[in-house]
This record gives sequence, structure tokens and C-alpha cells, in this order.
Amino acid sequence: MSGLFDTLRRTARLMVGMPDYDAYLRHMAAHHPDQPAMNRTQFFRDRQEARYGGKNGGRCC
Amino acid sequence: MTRHIPWILTAIIGAIALTVVAVSRGEAVNALWIVVAAASCFLVAYRYYALYIARHVMRLDPSRPTPAIRRADGLDYVATDRTVLFGHHFAAIAGAGPLVGPVLAAQMGYLPGTLWIIFGVVLAGAVQDFIVLFISMRRDGKSLGELIRMEMGQVAGTIALFGAFMIMVIILAVLALIVVKALAESPWGMFTVAATVPLAMAMGVYTRWIRPGRIGEVSILGLIGLLAAIVYGQAIAQSPVWGPAFTFTPVQLCWILIGYGSVASVLPVWLLLAPRDYLSTFLKIGAIAALAIGIVIMAPPLRMHAVTQFVGGNGPVWSGGLFPFLFITIACGAVSGFHALISSGTTPKLIASEAHAPMIGYGAMLMEAFVAIMALVGASILDPGIYFTMNSPAALIGTDAASASAAVTAMGFPISPDLITQTAKDVGEHTIISRAGGAPTLAVAMAEIFSHVVGGPAMKAFWYHFAILFEALFILTAVDAGTRAGRFMLQDLIALAVPSFKEMKSHVPGVIATALCVAAWGFFLYQGVTDPLGGVNTLWPVFGISNQMLAAIALMLGTAVLFRMKQDKFAWVTLLPTAWLLICTLSAGWLKLFSADPKVGFLAHAAKFSAAADADEVLSPAKSMAEMQRIIFNDRIDAALVALFLAVVLSILFFTVKTCLAARRIAAPTAREIPAQLVPAE
Repeated sequence: MSGLFDTLRRTARLMVGMPDYDAYLRHMAAHHPDQPAMNRTQFFRDRQEARYGGKNGGRCC
Repeated sequence: MTRHIPWILTAIIGAIALTVVAVSRGEAVNALWIVVAAASCFLVAYRYYALYIARHVMRLDPSRPTPAIRRADGLDYVATDRTVLFGHHFAAIAGAGPLVGPVLAAQMGYLPGTLWIIFGVVLAGAVQDFIVLFISMRRDGKSLGELIRMEMGQVAGTIALFGAFMIMVIILAVLALIVVKALAESPWGMFTVAATVPLAMAMGVYTRWIRPGRIGEVSILGLIGLLAAIVYGQAIAQSPVWGPAFTFTPVQLCWILIGYGSVASVLPVWLLLAPRDYLSTFLKIGAIAALAIGIVIMAPPLRMHAVTQFVGGNGPVWSGGLFPFLFITIACGAVSGFHALISSGTTPKLIASEAHAPMIGYGAMLMEAFVAIMALVGASILDPGIYFTMNSPAALIGTDAASASAAVTAMGFPISPDLITQTAKDVGEHTIISRAGGAPTLAVAMAEIFSHVVGGPAMKAFWYHFAILFEALFILTAVDAGTRAGRFMLQDLIALAVPSFKEMKSHVPGVIATALCVAAWGFFLYQGVTDPLGGVNTLWPVFGISNQMLAAIALMLGTAVLFRMKQDKFAWVTLLPTAWLLICTLSAGWLKLFSADPKVGFLAHAAKFSAAADADEVLSPAKSMAEMQRIIFNDRIDAALVALFLAVVLSILFFTVKTCLAARRIAAPTAREIPAQLVPAE
């Protein structure tokens, strides 16, 4: 049940262009342990800018 | 063999349902037959055709790392669970298009539209999305323009980029026109939509500083605000002070939207665009789901005729015969070129395995076709008299209930003036006459369906404004996001001639490109709003032609890539829909240019008016010589635009043929896939 809820939550967030923060942390820990990872707020702002900044702004009719 | 049995049963159910829909005449057919026919056809197509394409045409290889694996960065390139990605992709492709096109197409009856949506999506639309996703996925998730450049050369890529920009302009103008048609003279609707601006800004501040990143939380708060705006909108509309303050004419609304577009697209994204996108995305998904459930619970009979007398042309909603105009009127839902930009956008960077591509590429498009089917059902469960009253231009049916009732009854769809007045009153509007554009019609249908399930007739006005709000909300989000995207496209294009224009540090190029972009769509919006025949009549076919042409371009890219992969013998998968789209769009474009019927051909219309102007005559609907001149000018601009689209698609056709012939001369594959080892993970 919590698995389903979690999937729904992640789906809803990705629908508005917000990838999974935990997956980002896992990636940073696995591949760039030497670099500082963004905190949750920085990550949110970075992804918001990436989605809406224009380059990916194509939305369908 | 046993594993095929459920699918054979599904196919039989689909065939029966389709037969019922196709051959029933005289007595009302239940809408569920259409839903069942579509659902079964889609399931079977997904199980067999998508799999066939995946295995034999594309030869997908689940062991081959996708861009999300090789370039994983936790941000843009993230291997994503396929159901999560399906939701992301579906939310990105489904917009106003599949809701509006089928409503407009209902003037020919429900049957032609249903058949085109079902067969169009299975053989063309879903194939297009799927193959573009495949091509992009094998090339680091590059965009459509870059893919065309890689496979067909620099010139073809630039032409396609230019074509895509013009299509964007037309889409924005058409979407904005739909909002104008829905909100004009409607203080209740206008108030609720206007309320979303401060509401979204409050949400923006909340997610920026108060509780950063809490999208779910802020969306629920926003939804409560929206519902409150709808509820209080009624009181506002009835207030002697506020009612008139929120009542605007179409021309006023046009200028408001142009102003809004220019301001909104330069504000920081977190303030308005992002929070409103949260609201519009979740509302869209929720409303689509609710519509599906509502149709199943209500199981309404179809009241529109299966086929009306307008299949031969002369329809009041849009002009032109079934072929080719039905196939460009229903673009999104059956086949939508714009999806090529989405399938080569974020999705290929997020897909975790090539094995997921059929579900994301083909499956999500089937889902959108299902939305289009629901919109068609919505338009078809209304009394046809109401449908034609709402969608015929005032120039044909007048502006009061008596004249509209007489004119629509004369078309063969009897309706009393009382019913027209009562319907407007039920949904809380002053009038429902000539509210073309699709959104108001769909809103009346949704009000019908939702109030049947929740709240009864007393809730109709609430549901009507809820439906209008949901459509206006995501259209405005699209206008804002589209203006930003158009600005970057334009900057890239201008930078080809003036390299310094790409300079991101200076604000000047950005401001100039934004202004040009808004001016471009604003021009067509103004033209549509002041068009006495309602604007949708003129702009929607141009939009349809442009969107289908982009689809043809994407499918031609697919064909070229298949030839370069040495998969020639499977190239019919893309050649078949390409040929059909080229036949439809080229003949529709040709008719729009050169048809001798002034209702269809832009040049014939211009000639008729300029002949009259030379004789010093003022032809209705123009009221002055200046208006005559403007109509002539608009016709010529529209004609030039259609000619431009024809030129774009024909030149891409040329490059495709050239590429395919070149590929055939070489024995080995020449497709420029980006091999896995080239790009190490970050």
C-alpha cells in the first residue's frame, strides 16, 4: 500500500518535472562522493529552473 | 496459443462494438459502445502492433544502456520507473488539442471522428511518438531539430526548426483564441481564471520560501482556493459592481491575453508559471479521470447523428468536406506532430530500458486518443440543436435565442428558443449562442455528466465553470511556457544569421525575441478574434495543417532512419502514415490556397472581397472599407502561411527521398546512433 502511494507521489512529482531527490542523492553518493550534493531546497530550485526556464518549455496543444 | 485467447476475445468485443457504432441508425446508440470499441482496439493494437514494431522494426534491445543509464546525473538523465515515466510523458503530451478537435469534428456526426481517432492513432499517431522516442533514445535524447540535422543534414534541420517555430506560433494563437471564446462576456469564468493569477503567485511564494519543494501540499491549498473562486465567482458575476468589471468583449480579452503573455513569460518561473503548472497538470489529470468515470456511470445515449449532412462540406462550424478536412480538424488525439518535440525532449533522457519504449511511446499516445474519444462522446451526447447553437458563427445564426433557434432548426436540428435560454441559465451564463472553440461545448457536456453523478441539476453551473477553468488554466500555462520556448527557438534561428543573438548574458536578445514571439501569435489571435466568422473557422484548419505537417516530418525522419538502419523492408510502418498525412495536408493546404469556394480558399476569399472593394462595395460581415481591407490582408497572410508550411513539408520530403536513396546505395547501415561506449557516465 505504501509502495503504491509512493509510486503515485513520484508520478505526480515527475509530471511537473520534479525528479526523485533520493535517487539524486544515491547517484551523488555512488559516483561523486567527493562533491557536495545540493540540499533539498537547492535541488527543487534547480529542477524548477530547468523545467520552466524555456529550453524544455515545450508543452503540448 | 492459449496466451492469445484473451486478446482474440478482446478483438471480437472490439469488432462487435465498432459494428454497433457504425451500422446503428435511427435509434440512439449508447456512448459506451464507442468507449468499448476504442478500448478494445487500443489494447489489441498495443499487444500486437506495438510489439511487432519493437521487435522487428526497431529491434529494441533491453540490454543496451539508455541515455538515462550511460549519462546518469541524477538530474536530467535519471533511470525512471516505467509507470512513473508513463505519467510524466502522458501529462506532457495531453493538452487542449485532444479535447477541442473532436468537439469541432462532431459537426459531421460522431462516426467519422470515432473511426479516424481509432485508426489514426493505431497506425499513425502512436507510431510517430514511438519512433521519435526510439530515435532520440538511441541518440542521447537529442531534440527533433538535432535529430533531423544528424540524419538528413544541416539544411533539413534548420528548415524543420523554422517550421516548428511557426507551428508554435499558430498553436499559441489558437489556444489563446479558445480562451477568449470561453471567457468573453462571462464574468463568472473570467473572475475564476483571473483569480488563478494571485493564487498561483501565493503558491509560488509558499514553495519558494515558506515550505520549499512541498508540491503536494501547495497544490492542495491551491485547489481549495480554486474551488472557492468558482463558488464565489457566481456572486461576483451577479454583483452590480463586480459583474460588469469582469465582463469583457473578445477584443478586450485579446489585448489582456497579449499583455499577459508578454509579462508572464518574463517573470521568474517560480512565481507564476511553475505553481500554475502544478495546478493545471493535476487538475487536468483529475478531470480526465473524472470524465472517464462519469461517462461509464452515466452511460449516456448519443444524441448527435452518426453522420450529418455536413460531411460534404458547408458545415457551420468549419468549412470543407470530410476529406481532407476531418483529418486535419482532429489532429491531437489521432496524430499530433507536436508530440515529436515531447518524445525527443525529457522522456528519452528518463527512460530506464529500451524495453519500456512501447509502453511510453505507443501506450501514452493511445491514452491520449482515449481522451479524444471522451471529448467526442461529450460533444455527441448533447442535443445536436444545442451543439450547433453553440458552435455556429453569429453571422449565420444571429445573436438572440429566437434567431438562433430558427436558423439551427432550419439546418435540420430542431431546437426551441426556450431550451437555448434555459441551457444558458442552467450553466450560469448570459448566452450560449456562438461560443465556438470547443471549450464551452465540452464544458456543457462535462457539466451534464458530472452533475448526473454529483450534485444534480443544481450543480450544473458549478461544474460548467469548473470545466472552463480547467481548460483555461492549462491553456494559459501553455501560452506562458510556449512563449518562453518560442523565444529560445527564435533566438537559435536568429543566431544562425547574427551569432551574437544567442548571447545569454545580455537581456536584449531575450527581450527582443520574446516581443517578436508575442507579436507573432498576438497577430493571429487578433485576426481570429475580429474574424466575423468566429476565427476558429480560419485558424483551426491552419493549426491542423501545421500540426499534421510536423507529424509528417517526424514520420519522414523515422522513414529515413529505418532506411539508414537497412530496415527498408519494414519501412512501410512509417511510410504508410507518412503517405496518408502528406495526402491529407497537401490537399488541405492546396484547397485552403486555391479552392474557388471563398468559404474554403483564402485567395478566393481575398479575391471576392477585393473585387467588391474595387467596386466600392462593402461586403458583409465587414462594415467599412477599412474592415474590407483588413479582411483582404488577413486572407493573404493566411495564404502565405499555408504556402510556407507546404514549402517546409515539401523540402523535408525532398531531403527524405534523397537520404533514403543514398542509404540504399550503401550496403552497410549508415544511421548515426550514438554508441554506448562513446559517452561515459558522469
